[in-house]
Amino acid sequence: MRLNRRQFFRSASGALAFASSAGLLRSAGIAGEAPIVVANILDQTGGLNIYSLKQIKAVAMAVEEINAAGGLLGRPLELVFYDSQSNNQFNAQYMTQALIRDKASVVHAGVTSSSREVMRPIAHKFRGLLFYNSMYEGGVCDRRHVCVAQVPGQQIAPLVPHVVKEYGKRCYILGADYIYPHTTAKWVRKFTQEAGGEDIGVEFFPLDVSNFAPALSRIQAAKPDVVWSILVGSAHNAFYRQYEATIGKANIPLASCMFGIGREQTYLSADEASGIVNATPFHDSLPTEAAQKFVRDFKAYTGEDDYVGDYAEYGYRGVNIWANAVRKAGDPSPEAVIEALPGVQFEAPGGLVTVDGQTNHATMDIHLVRTNRNQGWDHLETFAQRPPSDTQAVCDLNANPNDRTQYTLEL
Amino acid sequence: MHEIVIHLYQVMFAIGIFVLISLGLAVIFGMMRVINLAQGEFIMLGAYFCLFATQLGLDFWLAVLCAGLGVGLFGILVERLLIRFLYGRIMDTLLATWGLSLFMVGLVTSVFGPQEAGVDAKLGKVTFGAYSIAEYNLVLIAVAGALLALTFAIWRYTRFGLVARSVMQNPTMAAALGVNPRKYYMLTFGFGSALTGVAGAMLAPLVGNQPTMGSFYVAKAFVTVISGGPAPLTGTLYASTLFGATDGLISYRTTQVLGEIGVLLIAIVLLRMLPLGITGHSARRA
Repeated sequence: MRLNRRQFFRSASGALAFASSAGLLRSAGIAGEAPIVVANILDQTGGLNIYSLKQIKAVAMAVEEINAAGGLLGRPLELVFYDSQSNNQFNAQYMTQALIRDKASVVHAGVTSSSREVMRPIAHKFRGLLFYNSMYEGGVCDRRHVCVAQVPGQQIAPLVPHVVKEYGKRCYILGADYIYPHTTAKWVRKFTQEAGGEDIGVEFFPLDVSNFAPALSRIQAAKPDVVWSILVGSAHNAFYRQYEATIGKANIPLASCMFGIGREQTYLSADEASGIVNATPFHDSLPTEAAQKFVRDFKAYTGEDDYVGDYAEYGYRGVNIWANAVRKAGDPSPEAVIEALPGVQFEAPGGLVTVDGQTNHATMDIHLVRTNRNQGWDHLETFAQRPPSDTQAVCDLNANPNDRTQYTLEL
Repeated sequence: MHEIVIHLYQVMFAIGIFVLISLGLAVIFGMMRVINLAQGEFIMLGAYFCLFATQLGLDFWLAVLCAGLGVGLFGILVERLLIRFLYGRIMDTLLATWGLSLFMVGLVTSVFGPQEAGVDAKLGKVTFGAYSIAEYNLVLIAVAGALLALTFAIWRYTRFGLVARSVMQNPTMAAALGVNPRKYYMLTFGFGSALTGVAGAMLAPLVGNQPTMGSFYVAKAFVTVISGGPAPLTGTLYASTLFGATDGLISYRTTQVLGEIGVLLIAIVLLRMLPLGITGHSARRA
């Protein structure tokens, strides 16, 4: 057999990978079984990568833990990763590849709603299962889609009354110009009004805006009691620098349902980052043994010593909830897992997570937090076992299993 | 009164940003006619030089200087290894510099990682009635003005500037008079790169560092320089003033979306009326 150079390298690297994985798999007693393919499509590069970098590693860690414990149903898991490069076109391409070429039993993918909406039809077309391990605006009603992170009904409802009570009634809302911030701004307005407050300004910015000087002057003219940031992505991160340099949280405090999920506080100075309130299903300072173990394990696994954050935990809980559903079903095929998902539980680092069969969303603990000066969060309060109430109000997969709609929540 | 100050500040700041991001390109593209698609990445590299220098413990302003020097030297290297083979070959330059931009993003990502990082200039704020303004933004306006004046002075009043202009105008004739055009191409490219590096360093405390940040600026820079027309420096000043005033006023009075739309609309109308750019009809070229 003649080999040209390229074929040689391909075979050699394949052989090397095979040879090195054998030891690991043999030690787990699952060698020889056909692997179950788990695909992961996230933005390792590009403007949205701040939300994905830790989740990519957390997914890998969860898969490795499951393999070390003997795999699933006696079969090893094989993780296939694709970098979607903050570009929805790649989400579509890799989703198709993962389902057709890799025959992935599950695809954990996406951090933005737009990327999810690109991938959801593909999941249907090829009868796959999509785990969207990211917070979003809520309302997706689809049995091939599972969201294990928080939606506004879980997050904004407890956060707003705290902000109104602590900082005042008049708020000014800034958001990125796409569906999540638009919907979330409506939730903030609704809950602010319910708490006796009002929104005196709402503004949206394209994702590539990084000069906030005009908005900062407008805010100062409007004199709100508190400013809400639903800004998204690395360009918008500039807002927190310019806010502190121009207005300062000591003069007008900041609340945000987005800040921190891209680990923004680790890129900013202590002055720029500290004192922002948020609500999240997980943060590094969560005073539970499960949370602290996850932080320790993740740091040991990655060799990184910085803030871990909720998006890492979403990836970890997503893989584990899927794995528990596979164990319950006794079959990794998407159809069997979808049947088994309702009621599946996982003791996640952030607290108990239960899949809600009516919506394929999850009931979870929500923690009220405030950034401290050490690139982390101070824990203020926990709201236990909050259901995805907003999505439950519009979605019933038990009654309409063939529903695929993303409902816009009318407020 | 305070309102007037704020309006003025918004306009000046927007002009300052336009000048900063397009001045280096005014030299590289406006004078040398090199379509450098890696211009955004030169800005990014400046920001990272600045970050690296402050991490080494240097004062921020020294770091800005280092960024200028570092990117300037990098520019000379690029000119020697890449650009000098491609003078006059527009499509080839386009592809080569696009490749260079991808390479630079990859290189910086692998050295510094894909996550964001920030530089702190450690300045305070000044207050006008109900308004406050970040001191750094005022300094940025001054730096943009100073860089423009410096570039203009070098081009207009030094022997280097005179010879460089003659080389750009007619390299054969300049060579016949005993000038080495290649040296001046190299130095001019390096000078444009250094300006771009300073711009990147000045943007770092404002917007933070990210390997892909260049993509936010490259289009704006080209629109500004092209609208400026054949006299690159004065043209860039005019175009920056026009776009900055539009952007600053509209963005402050309405929203930033309308501000950006306004700039693009004006650029389109302007290039329809004056296809050669603002300075297309003036005889003097500086």
